[in-house]
Amino acid sequence: MTNLPDGIQRREFDGRQRLATRGQPVYGEPTDGEWRCWDAGRSKLGAMLEAGMEIDLVGGEGVLYLGAASGTTVSHVADFAGPTYAVEFAPRPMGDLLDVAEARNNLFPLLKDARKPDTYSHIVESDLDVLVQDVATRGQARVAVDNARFLTDDGQLLLAIKARSEDVTADPETVFDSVCDELTEAYEIIDRQRLASHDDHLGVVARKR
Amino acid sequence: MTPNAADSGWFESVDSGDLAGAADAIRRGSADAPADWPAQAVEAGVAADTDDYYAQLRTATIDAAREAVAEREGADDQQLLHAVRAMDDATRTANELAERCTEWANTQFDDVASGIDGAREIATCEPDDPVQERVVALATRIDNLATEADELRGFIERLAPEVAPNLAEMAGPVLAARLISLAGGLDSLAKKPSGTVQVLGAEDALFAHLAGRGSSPKHGIIYTHPYVNGTRPEDRGSAARALAGKLTIAARIDHYSGDFRPGIHDELDDRMATIRARADDGDGGGNVDGDTEEEQ
Repeated sequence: MTNLPDGIQRREFDGRQRLATRGQPVYGEPTDGEWRCWDAGRSKLGAMLEAGMEIDLVGGEGVLYLGAASGTTVSHVADFAGPTYAVEFAPRPMGDLLDVAEARNNLFPLLKDARKPDTYSHIVESDLDVLVQDVATRGQARVAVDNARFLTDDGQLLLAIKARSEDVTADPETVFDSVCDELTEAYEIIDRQRLASHDDHLGVVARKR
Repeated sequence: MTPNAADSGWFESVDSGDLAGAADAIRRGSADAPADWPAQAVEAGVAADTDDYYAQLRTATIDAAREAVAEREGADDQQLLHAVRAMDDATRTANELAERCTEWANTQFDDVASGIDGAREIATCEPDDPVQERVVALATRIDNLATEADELRGFIERLAPEVAPNLAEMAGPVLAARLISLAGGLDSLAKKPSGTVQVLGAEDALFAHLAGRGSSPKHGIIYTHPYVNGTRPEDRGSAARALAGKLTIAARIDHYSGDFRPGIHDELDDRMATIRARADDGDGGGNVDGDTEEEQ
């Protein structure tokens, strides 16, 4: 079961219980006072939390987020977490991510390639608690394994694997199995689930070995 | 600005208050491993406490990202076009040279494998005489050239999703780059009708057909897409037409709007499933259904 920190609450939006965090609205999401709805349809991590996967969060964690894109998900993460390092490779979404970072004190945007952790090891601190990864490139397991260096012992990996990025033609389940297999090089897999709202994606929770 | 030593943080060689220097260190520095940078910065007297450190880090990372975005936005479809042409030239040249090199090497060494792999093997040999020296030197150049071709491919794989997110998602980065290259730019690709996109790269066959020789080509470079070459021959024309239609829409979204739209990718997947289902239905194939399919 998911352990949610105080910074994430289930609140009622449009007549149903949805996740919410406190912070500046980013993408036109509905708000309730200072709480803003975390749209699980637009955020794979949001979908993983809503699905009740084995995620353990207490708030204030040090986070490395790979594949931050426009900052939709990372904005919610920065709302409840501590120092949050957001890595994104593409300049276009980085423009939006910068706006998200301007409105938060604990979000550090990095225009870097997640496949080359050496290029940000001089910035991102060691012993972080959580690694969130949502990159649509081939070799997603490799990226997670290479970035395990930033995690503390027992640190959590929250990963969304996209089957089509690995192999368009193969059966998604086969792709997921081979990615999970490669992950065991650095992680112990705690939970895996297909994400209903994100076709073609597998949510994985793992701990660093 | 000296590069950071392998084991030092971004703040190490930056003078206090030097904002440009800090942004530069964020962008160009590197380290072999992370460390407890906040504590080290406080210890080194760079920051009063960790809150002060994070405030400095925030300013530096935002400045650095803003600078890098401004620079990289100059990375446009023309860069992609040059990169894919350079990759093709490098690959072709490496193959040609490898053929020459392995043929020559056969007179000097035993058991020379053919192609680039062969050349890479020879590059590791220890030459004994002036002839072998030349052969090994040539092989080393080929090894480098083939490596450059691989790096160019990696570069294209990263750049194409920036320049054309929908096209790259649908076609794959390399095919997206080839289509842009054949059309002469994303702008001209977006303005082409899908029938033209369908036969881009098959100009010889198309003009032969227009001159009255041969049948019209069913597909050009998009043949390399699994949706075309993975479909049975009878249905490839339909598959190519459906793919070209969606690719054209993807190119137009990328050129005129630039946001990512998952919807069009699902539509293509559905359409392809329908086309491929014909094979299971025992349909004789061929496009005999009176062309009722929608073009786009």
